[in-house]
Amino acid sequence: MTKTKANPTLKAKSGISKSAVTNLSRRTFFKRMGVGVASCVMLSDIVMGEMLAADAADSLAAWIHVSDTGRITVFSGKAEVGQNIRTSLTQVLAEELFVSVDDIDLILSDTMRTPYDRGTTGSRTTPQMVPLLRRAAATVREILLETAAESWNLEKQSLDLERGTIAHPSNGKKLSYADLVSGKKLLRDVDSSAPLVPVEQWRIAGTSVPKINGRDFITGRHKYASDMTLPGMVYGKILRSPAVGAELIEIDTSEAERMPGVQVVKDGSFIGVTARDSSTAQVALALIQAKWRHSEQPSRSNLFEHLVSKSKNSPSPKNGVEKAFTQSSIQLEQEFLIDYIAHVPLEPRVGMAEWKGDKLTVWTGTQKPFGVQEDLSNEFGISKGNVRVIMPDTGSGYGGKHTAEAGVEAARLAKAVGKPVKVSWTREEEFKWAYLRPSGVIRVKCAGTDSGGLSSWEIYNFNSGGSGIESPYEVDTKHHQYISSDPPLRQGSYRALASTANTFAMESQMSDMADLLSMDSLDFRLKYLKNERLSNVLVAATEKFGWKRSKAPGSGYGLGCGTVKGGFVASCAEVEVDVATGEVSITRIVTAFECGAIINPRHLESQITGCVLQGLGGALFEAIEFEQGVVTNASLSSYRVPRFKDVPVIETVLVNRPDLPSAGSGETPIIGVAPAIRNAIADACGVKINRLPMLPDGRLPRV
Amino acid sequence: MKINVNGKELTIDVTANPSLLEALREQLDLTGTKYGCGEGACGACKVLVNGTPLPACITPAVTVQGKKVITIEGLETNGELHPVQQAFLEVDAFQCAYCAPGMIINAVALLEKNSNPTKQEIVDAMNGNICRCCTYPQIVEAIYQAGKQLA
Ligand code: FES
Ligand code: FES
Repeated sequence: MTKTKANPTLKAKSGISKSAVTNLSRRTFFKRMGVGVASCVMLSDIVMGEMLAADAADSLAAWIHVSDTGRITVFSGKAEVGQNIRTSLTQVLAEELFVSVDDIDLILSDTMRTPYDRGTTGSRTTPQMVPLLRRAAATVREILLETAAESWNLEKQSLDLERGTIAHPSNGKKLSYADLVSGKKLLRDVDSSAPLVPVEQWRIAGTSVPKINGRDFITGRHKYASDMTLPGMVYGKILRSPAVGAELIEIDTSEAERMPGVQVVKDGSFIGVTARDSSTAQVALALIQAKWRHSEQPSRSNLFEHLVSKSKNSPSPKNGVEKAFTQSSIQLEQEFLIDYIAHVPLEPRVGMAEWKGDKLTVWTGTQKPFGVQEDLSNEFGISKGNVRVIMPDTGSGYGGKHTAEAGVEAARLAKAVGKPVKVSWTREEEFKWAYLRPSGVIRVKCAGTDSGGLSSWEIYNFNSGGSGIESPYEVDTKHHQYISSDPPLRQGSYRALASTANTFAMESQMSDMADLLSMDSLDFRLKYLKNERLSNVLVAATEKFGWKRSKAPGSGYGLGCGTVKGGFVASCAEVEVDVATGEVSITRIVTAFECGAIINPRHLESQITGCVLQGLGGALFEAIEFEQGVVTNASLSSYRVPRFKDVPVIETVLVNRPDLPSAGSGETPIIGVAPAIRNAIADACGVKINRLPMLPDGRLPRV
Repeated sequence: MKINVNGKELTIDVTANPSLLEALREQLDLTGTKYGCGEGACGACKVLVNGTPLPACITPAVTVQGKKVITIEGLETNGELHPVQQAFLEVDAFQCAYCAPGMIINAVALLEKNSNPTKQEIVDAMNGNICRCCTYPQIVEAIYQAGKQLA
């Protein structure tokens, strides 16, 4: 085995010496686990939630334990929300431990049992956890090899290891992991020099291992947080204000209180009910008479004016871009408008809470179990050690489940009524009171010279965010600026954040600029791309697509590419436009994606397809409508998401780079779709749609 | 009220006029059937009522008296997966899989009527079911393969 350079950085928390931490950990660890051999990524918070250090926010941890039955248990604070990390992480563990994926139990997201984790966000699981877990698993494997070598008085290099069993080179004797572990309590810090299985020799990682526990999901046996119950549990509902900024001035709960089995909880403006079934709780909620004072709020019709007029700053060009712009002969200045969109995780928010004395346990679907733990500890003024958050594998998030609402609500009700409570949000609540992907106004200005040069580049993003705002192209003078504003609706994280909007604006601008300079938009991009990984996917996508093919009348080709979060993506779209009716159909999207060494090709392809199709929704028709602070399309019959019939021909090219560390794939592939479609429509009929969504009713906007 | 679910006669309380979805999930602990929208728009809650796929969220529980209800939990026979479930497992179609029970129930109903559908027929029949993770191509493939198996 060779050593690779992908050495994870192991950070010890300052102020606590490594050995002190490990000693403390060892005792608690084995108290819980029984005998075994284990390795841990060394951190202060390595063992149990009770010992969690408050300022360990930057640390990463994982531990691996082999029991005396040979069963392997791995603990990580990451969250499974459908990105299938349970599968990919198990694959890399199995690879290093020379066992099958079935030999491993991966315990995720339980603040009492798993090490602290800051959250499953930003495509960080793969680049951060994979190297850590590989090294930790390799450490365990080496300990076991050494133990066998010692007992046979041999060099460990001479031993053969296969499926959890170590074989003597000559006498036919075998020792299983179970044999080797028997009676031992051995915990070691991860050895950063433990040799890793080289990616080229991967046998389990790098293959399409099917979803772990897949059978539980297709038989309905898996319990999502929304499926869980506790003995004596009641169902809770919360009174919501009718609009953003509305203030409760009068409340009459007497009718609800008269319903048998119903309890009403009033705590300032927090009003809720509980009942033994959700239909009764719903009726009780409806019987509450509340009066609200409304305040003036923005509407969708003045959203973009609002974002610009309430912006906290104004564009302040730097680096001489203004001069370069004015001095150039070809100038292009455009504005792009981005509507609010919703995540719509198919499983809405849910929280189930139980108090035992001053100890609180909450089950919830979240991308940040430790964040929820912290919110709960703040809310109730109890220590984090008294709050346990458990997250079963969840019905998706897409960046929309970073917060603790339903868990906090359930815990407040449970505390008041003295019983376990489950609060399941309705789809309407999810649309109105969860957070949205920010809307935005994006201005792009650039200039070119007659010789096809790109001389200046400016981009200003009002409100939607600064992620992915940096142009990947080489231009002499560049300036980018994110300008925050006063958002009229609650907004937050979303798959790929603002890079979808920023890439839409930048890649639209690039294609239009190529047109102005009479250059092919692929050649134009390649000319200014120095980033080889990005050029590679651009070439891969356009080759598969057949970029230089001739087109039928009415059809158009477009492309969009970009790089964020360690991934590189290029999408090509083909559209057909009926100029007479204005009808547009998207017929084909080809996406090439590269994120280093591929761990699971089938799941990678699924993530790319999912990103492309979810991106199609935001590109074409998804938009939150709102009037005076009230979302008016808060249902799945009025807010349109992609369905089977919206799916064009989708092709993917997986660019594998075994020589590079793996990065995440759940976000980046979304960013090229919108500009590719927009540029294809422009190519087909000359109409440039600088707005997301582009085709809310399937037709070209009337000019 | 008596209700026949997955071949068993069970009793539910209908005083609060629950939807079939609420009765299944809260009274019978059959939580494989999911809530996604509450208005018949997403298909997450689909069950078979006398063989027809219906959204349980907008079906009052009282209306299924005397009818046969099949939920995702009732598709296996003697521990053997239904061919549609088997195909979904083999194609490894899902991400979060929250949509899976509704998708599978709807696909079972489709294949009862049309055992070997074309991909276009699958798309038409499945359009009322939402997969927000957008694993649509894989779902179509799984149903297509199940059809080939059954034909
Ligand atoms: S929950 Fe019944 S169709 Fe959506
Ligand atoms: S797999 Fe997540 S909703 Fe379908």
